[in-house]
Amino acid sequence: MKAELRVALVGNPNTGKSTLFNVLTGLNQKIGNFPGVTVDKKTGYCDLPDGRRAEIVDLPGTYSLYPKSRDESIVFSVLADRDRELTPDLIVVIVDATNLKRNLLLYTQVADLKIPVVVALNMMDLADKSGISINIDEFSRKLGVPVIPIAARKASGIDALKKAISFANKIPLQQDNIDVTAIAPGLIAGISEEIKTDNPYFALQLAHQHEHLSFLTPAQSNRIEELEKEFSFHSQKAQATETIARYNFINDLLFDTISKPETAQGESMSNRIDKVLTHRVFGFILFIGILLFMFQSIFAWSAYPMELIADAFVWVQHQLHHVLPAGPVANLLIDGVIAGLSGVMVFIPQIAILFAFISILEDTGYMARVTFMMDKIMRKVGLNGKSVVPLIGGFACAVPSIMSTRTIENWKDRMITIMVTPLVTCSARLPVYTLLIALVVPNRNVWWIFNMQGLALTAMYVLSLISAMIVAYVFKFILKGRERGYFIMELPVYRMPRWNNVLLSMYDRSKAFVLEAGKVIIAVSVILWVMASYGPGNRFEQIDKKYNQPAYKTMNPDDLRHAIATDKLENSYAGALGHAIEPAIRPLGFDWKIGIALITSFAAREVFVGTMATIYSVDGDADKLETVQQKMHSAKNPRTGQPVFTLAVAFSLMMFYAFAMQCASTVAVVYRETKDWRWPAAQFAYMTVLAYVVSLITYQLLK
Amino acid sequence: MKLSQLEVGKTGVVKEFTDLEMSVKLMEMGCLPGEEIMVERIAPLGDPIAINVSGYQLSLRKREASTIILHS
Repeated sequence: MKAELRVALVGNPNTGKSTLFNVLTGLNQKIGNFPGVTVDKKTGYCDLPDGRRAEIVDLPGTYSLYPKSRDESIVFSVLADRDRELTPDLIVVIVDATNLKRNLLLYTQVADLKIPVVVALNMMDLADKSGISINIDEFSRKLGVPVIPIAARKASGIDALKKAISFANKIPLQQDNIDVTAIAPGLIAGISEEIKTDNPYFALQLAHQHEHLSFLTPAQSNRIEELEKEFSFHSQKAQATETIARYNFINDLLFDTISKPETAQGESMSNRIDKVLTHRVFGFILFIGILLFMFQSIFAWSAYPMELIADAFVWVQHQLHHVLPAGPVANLLIDGVIAGLSGVMVFIPQIAILFAFISILEDTGYMARVTFMMDKIMRKVGLNGKSVVPLIGGFACAVPSIMSTRTIENWKDRMITIMVTPLVTCSARLPVYTLLIALVVPNRNVWWIFNMQGLALTAMYVLSLISAMIVAYVFKFILKGRERGYFIMELPVYRMPRWNNVLLSMYDRSKAFVLEAGKVIIAVSVILWVMASYGPGNRFEQIDKKYNQPAYKTMNPDDLRHAIATDKLENSYAGALGHAIEPAIRPLGFDWKIGIALITSFAAREVFVGTMATIYSVDGDADKLETVQQKMHSAKNPRTGQPVFTLAVAFSLMMFYAFAMQCASTVAVVYRETKDWRWPAAQFAYMTVLAYVVSLITYQLLK
Repeated sequence: MKLSQLEVGKTGVVKEFTDLEMSVKLMEMGCLPGEEIMVERIAPLGDPIAINVSGYQLSLRKREASTIILHS
């Protein structure tokens, strides 16, 4: 699809930018990456009234061109990189009419880059309601650019905006709003000469940001550095001067074009809601209540679709077994690839529901209040109020949660959040816990209403949060902060959630999860399948020979098949590895069979149940949970004749699953987010050591 | 007087900043010299605080608020 016009959408957070993007493009959008960085790039197409087609690029919301987080840093590099295909022909700056002053700062910066601009004055309905009157003609005349009043949520003013986009000039017409050159005359002249630009603001921005811009050659960047020294340029001082000058311009502009009601409007709706939601008692009670409701819903609502997905895959596997000729290729496809895919897809319902909740909480403005309430506690352990969102997300899956840490501006806070998020009990641990708890914890009530199995499960969830806090506290002292931590955040007014935004977020996150986690899990599943299906030397032939003997002919064919499978697994490479690590895991109470399960669970934890099923010769996979349980219950240690799964072993095993980094997808996503192998390596190392030590202590105490 | 000392519901006018790095971030968000600030509420645990500035609500930690000096 070729577009004749490229339009970039720029604006502050919470101004309705993504709503406008959705209205302009409909569902005609796709999410990709900006080249070289992992920042989501949303693009879509919009048909203009003159018959042309515009490509709309939604840039991350930002308060200024000076970036504070990774997402924000993309804005200037897209707008400034003039020789590449991303450079927009036109910028639509969306500003919130109810909060013009702060919104216009970004406009004045963008306008000074001298790319054609159209201003979309959003939330005009709310501005009218609160009695703000804007002289739009005068406003537009003073800026020198088209200003279109819209209300994106009501889709009003959109046709006028499309018209303005299609009739926009090819040359920038905006008025100068401040005297940029006066900020650093010598330096700006020097850089303009060096980089061959006639735009003083572009030159000034290069002085501030040249270290992070990929389109500059190292020689150019060094030269800018030298010029800065020569003119003793101080980045923060220059930025302060610039910001003050811009606000002076904005104050004059607003004085001439806007009239606000003088009388105080009384207490706003948002304020009244805040009094309850951030109340020192009710605030926390409500927050815990909302969390409990969320988890209850995630598990209750996802049970049925998860079963459907699992059954669908079992059906496909069954069909393929009939259709495909038996052989290693068919087995690889069916038991390796499709089984791996099933393990990924089955989590989609939980992830979609969790992100529906998170997106509702963010959309309404409640998440900002949670951040506000929790910041002090989180800061004590080295995190940040904004770490709350990824940690809550961690209860479903660490992969999308780690991706959502990008909103944390502070490097150290973000890294600690990434390091501890995988400790939170994710949904892949749930089948493991359910199986083991049912095995050793009696199913009866204590103190009338509390079920002991339920209590044990709750304890595992609480333990995971506590351990995440403790580990974060330790990292607080290990990591050296690069910059000072701060917490300056807008508390947006409460609004109703936008339902199609919620749906889009469910879709986006699920897709990201399938793509991110999917490829790793499938790859590891294939490797594990090979390890479990082939053995060293001619052991497998000998097994086949052994079971071909007449003595086995009288056996029930199903039992025979299971006996062969169990024997083969023990003699496979995976089995050999299980035996090899047995000395190391015996102090934790594990035998070689559990060792195999630990190895196969590296791809994904929930594989444990399936592996146990194979080891204990159960037909079908995870869906036969009760049968697996019975077999494990009656499993005896051949040397001592005692049951294998005692209370001590089961709890030791749960501790191991609670702390160990048995998730290849998380390793991959941590690498993707940090761009340094040392982070996932350190995470893997500390979690494995922690898992070993805690399991060891648990087993030795309970034995 | 520092902004961190202002009581809930009280208003003050920004005079200057004691920290350059913080001032740049605060000014971007509309906290400029001459601007009127009202403390709207304090978080349940005593920190951060929420202020009303340039017509919207901003939250910041007390430590950051202590870098803002108000006209007495």
